[in-house]
Amino acid sequence: MGEWWTTVPIGTSMGNYDISSISHVTMSPLRQNNLVSMYSSLPLSKSSYNVISAFCTEDNIPQCISYMNQELASLGLSSTCIEASSPGGAGLSTVPALNAMYELLQIHRRNMGTLEELEKEQLKKSSSMEHMQMNNSRLKDQLELSIREKSGLHETERQLQLKIKTLQSCLKTEKEEVQKLQSIISSRASQYSHDAKRKERETAKLKERLGQLLVDRKDKKLAIDVLNCLGRSDGKRSHWKTAKATASHEGEMYKSLLSDYEASQRALMLENAELKKVLQQMKKEMMHILSPRQLSTRGADSDGEEKAGNSSRETLDQSCEHAREQLTNSIRQQWRKLRNHMEKLDSQASQVQNQLESNKEVIPRETHEDEMERMRHEVQQCKEFIHAQQQLLQQQLNTSFDDETAALLNDCYTLEEKERLKEEWRLFEEQKRNFERERKNFTEAAIRLGREKKAFQEDRASWLKNQFLNMTPFTDRRRCSSSDGQSALSISKFVFKFKKKYADTRFKSRSRVRCGDLSIFSLGEDENSLT
Amino acid sequence: MNFSEVFKQSNQLCKVSPDGKYLATCVQYRLVVRDVSTLQILQLYTCLDQISHMDWASDSLFILCAMYKRGLVQVWSLEQPDWHCKIDEGSIGLLSSRWSPDGRHVLNTTEFHLRITVWSLCTKAVSYIKYPKACQKGIDFSRDGCYMALAERRDCKDYVSVFVCDDWHLLRHFETETQDLAGLEWSPNGCVLAVWDSCLEYKVLLYSLDGRLLSTYSAYEWSLGIKSVTWCPSSQFLAIGSYDEKVRILNHITWKKVTQFEHPATINNTKAVVYKEVERRPAVGSDDLSLHNITIGTTLFNTQSKYEICPLPVQLPVVKPDPDRANPKIGVSTLAFSSDSRYLATKNDNMASVVWVWDMQKMSLEAVLEQTSAVRCFQWDPQRPRLALCTGNTKLYLWSPAGCVSVQVPTEGGFQVQSLNWHCSGDSLILLGKEQLCLCYMDTDQEDK
Repeated sequence: MGEWWTTVPIGTSMGNYDISSISHVTMSPLRQNNLVSMYSSLPLSKSSYNVISAFCTEDNIPQCISYMNQELASLGLSSTCIEASSPGGAGLSTVPALNAMYELLQIHRRNMGTLEELEKEQLKKSSSMEHMQMNNSRLKDQLELSIREKSGLHETERQLQLKIKTLQSCLKTEKEEVQKLQSIISSRASQYSHDAKRKERETAKLKERLGQLLVDRKDKKLAIDVLNCLGRSDGKRSHWKTAKATASHEGEMYKSLLSDYEASQRALMLENAELKKVLQQMKKEMMHILSPRQLSTRGADSDGEEKAGNSSRETLDQSCEHAREQLTNSIRQQWRKLRNHMEKLDSQASQVQNQLESNKEVIPRETHEDEMERMRHEVQQCKEFIHAQQQLLQQQLNTSFDDETAALLNDCYTLEEKERLKEEWRLFEEQKRNFERERKNFTEAAIRLGREKKAFQEDRASWLKNQFLNMTPFTDRRRCSSSDGQSALSISKFVFKFKKKYADTRFKSRSRVRCGDLSIFSLGEDENSLT
Repeated sequence: MNFSEVFKQSNQLCKVSPDGKYLATCVQYRLVVRDVSTLQILQLYTCLDQISHMDWASDSLFILCAMYKRGLVQVWSLEQPDWHCKIDEGSIGLLSSRWSPDGRHVLNTTEFHLRITVWSLCTKAVSYIKYPKACQKGIDFSRDGCYMALAERRDCKDYVSVFVCDDWHLLRHFETETQDLAGLEWSPNGCVLAVWDSCLEYKVLLYSLDGRLLSTYSAYEWSLGIKSVTWCPSSQFLAIGSYDEKVRILNHITWKKVTQFEHPATINNTKAVVYKEVERRPAVGSDDLSLHNITIGTTLFNTQSKYEICPLPVQLPVVKPDPDRANPKIGVSTLAFSSDSRYLATKNDNMASVVWVWDMQKMSLEAVLEQTSAVRCFQWDPQRPRLALCTGNTKLYLWSPAGCVSVQVPTEGGFQVQSLNWHCSGDSLILLGKEQLCLCYMDTDQEDK
């Protein structure tokens, strides 16, 4: 890369090797030097940080142009060459410059794009790497954990193995001990038996010796002293001991043994026959139970064949072992069938029972609930009824016992009486008034009567006067007075009546005033009675 | 239930004659024969020394009285009180004495089991049987009285000799496969002889009458074995009680175990009825405890008791035996079949106050009777399935399938019932106390609880 640097005018560069001023530029020392030299061509008054801005100045345009051309050529843009607009001039031909710029921009954009992509990829890659690292760390942890677990399990397994070993060894030791003890026991037993036998032999010897001594001694002899011999218990005479007797004894013994065996055999035969009978019956019944069902499933042939076969075989000698075996086998077979049948039925029954139970639960529950409803309703009604009754009863009870109402009631009763009393007062008043009226009438009548009496007295006096006068020789006057006389008679009648009437009325009026009687019209009666 | 008055007896020697008419008791050196129904003294005999053993002859005409210390046996006749018979064993001593089944021979076992002397009362002849074995049950007569089986031991081997009782002819003599024969017993039908070993080895051997070995049965090894053996009256079963607290039943056809009955300390899950005796003490007034009252008025200590049915589960009292001592009190020591072979009564020694009754038809537990103290003796009624038991107190206990009853023996002075015997008719019981005896007459109707 340092090749094309040689075309750079050296004159300007040689002076300054200030590397430290461009410390941030990371290049090879050669390039650095050249760059320094190049940039030192700029006016030295500018600071070292503004190196790029000081690239092109008024003075070094052609160098810059050639440099730029070189750079562009190195970048592969050989087509565009920056030319000076005029040789030795300060300007640039725009078209190539712009092209160059455009191309540079393109390059730049492309670079940026690739940079972005690269950055994206880098990000992706870094994230994936992070992820992987995390995974890695996690897996490492897991691995560690599982390793630890494994080691733990190994440990426990080892311990258990150890335990097993110890237990096995214990068991072995125990077994050995048991065996040892057993052997000890057996050895001791044999030892004891040996010792016991030895002692027994000793005692036997002693006994023999003793027996001998005792037999030899004569002082106390064994003897029996019986008053008289007894007869045998069975009354027979005793027999001599002969071989015949022994034989007969043997014979007797065998006879008794045989009879016992016969008796037991008979009993066993009976038992056997009974059991066989029972088995046969059971078999028949089992077959009977199974056959109606099996007739529907299988053909009756096999069963019938079996039946026939069995019965025919059984008609043979029943004590024959073959027949016995057959019987037991057939019974076993039937029993197996029956058992399977029963199991099937059982399962069916349990199913059906479950169903039934569930049904039972439903149906009765419904009816049960209906019933419950009805009953509740009834209960409610009854309650209401009772409540009403209670209320009424309460009311009634309350009315008889409450003071206010009692008072009211009492008032009612007195009111009734009051009314009645009023009624009666009214009547009474009425009667009183009537009576007053009557009295008044009567007094008036009495006054009238008085007056009339007075008038009558006067009349009477005058008449009597007249009469007296008449009684003198005035006979003429008799005729005239006959009418007068008649009139006098009538007047006397009238007076008489009137007196009577007056007396009567006076009397009656008194009595009527006293009694208050309303029958004033009895005056008319007197009138009638007088006439 | 009627109780007779109390009579004196000594040594628990009180036996009813085989025909059931007479009751013989021993009082010191006297032999008293009474009538069973009236208890009147019929005969009175005087022996030369204190009677150690007394037994009736099979025809109920003669009574044997043995005096072991003196080595004498005296035989008395019931029909002829003047008749006498005295058998003197001499210096050889006397260990036990018994009748032969025909009632005309007396078999004396001399001291140290040196020999058995057979004395004939008919001919005054003497025979000897050598080397009898000194064991629990070395002699047994078959039920029909025809044969006698005798255990012998020669040269450290066990043998069994079968004699014909008619003329004491040796029918069979065979060696048994036992280590140390402890006992033998004829089956009731007389055709099988059961022979069992000592408790160090569980082994039962069954021999036919002619000496053939029919079968061997051994339930287990090494632990203590058979404690008791008994035949069922119908000869169908052989019951073996062992130290492992179980009873094993063998059947007579195959001689194999049919079932085993266990005696657990806790009973649950069984259909059996558990009867528990419950005592009710009468109230004692504190001012009454004068010495006079205590000694005379022993009714103070006569507690009433009755049976209560316990609901399951039931815990039974167990007494653990001392493991260091020989013949430990554990295991089934007493077995008894009822006369109809229907029931089996058992007693387990470490539950000594409990009697177990098993039903042989169902092969299951029928009843459990728990008493307040250890059961001393129980016996089945010879005629019906009724079990009588006593525990050493003043009461008599009866069990039947209908129920259970506890009866106070009404005697003054406190009669402690130590053992009991049924009369062969099953109508009465003989209760034996320490020095007394009492008869108990049963009603024909069984009382129920």
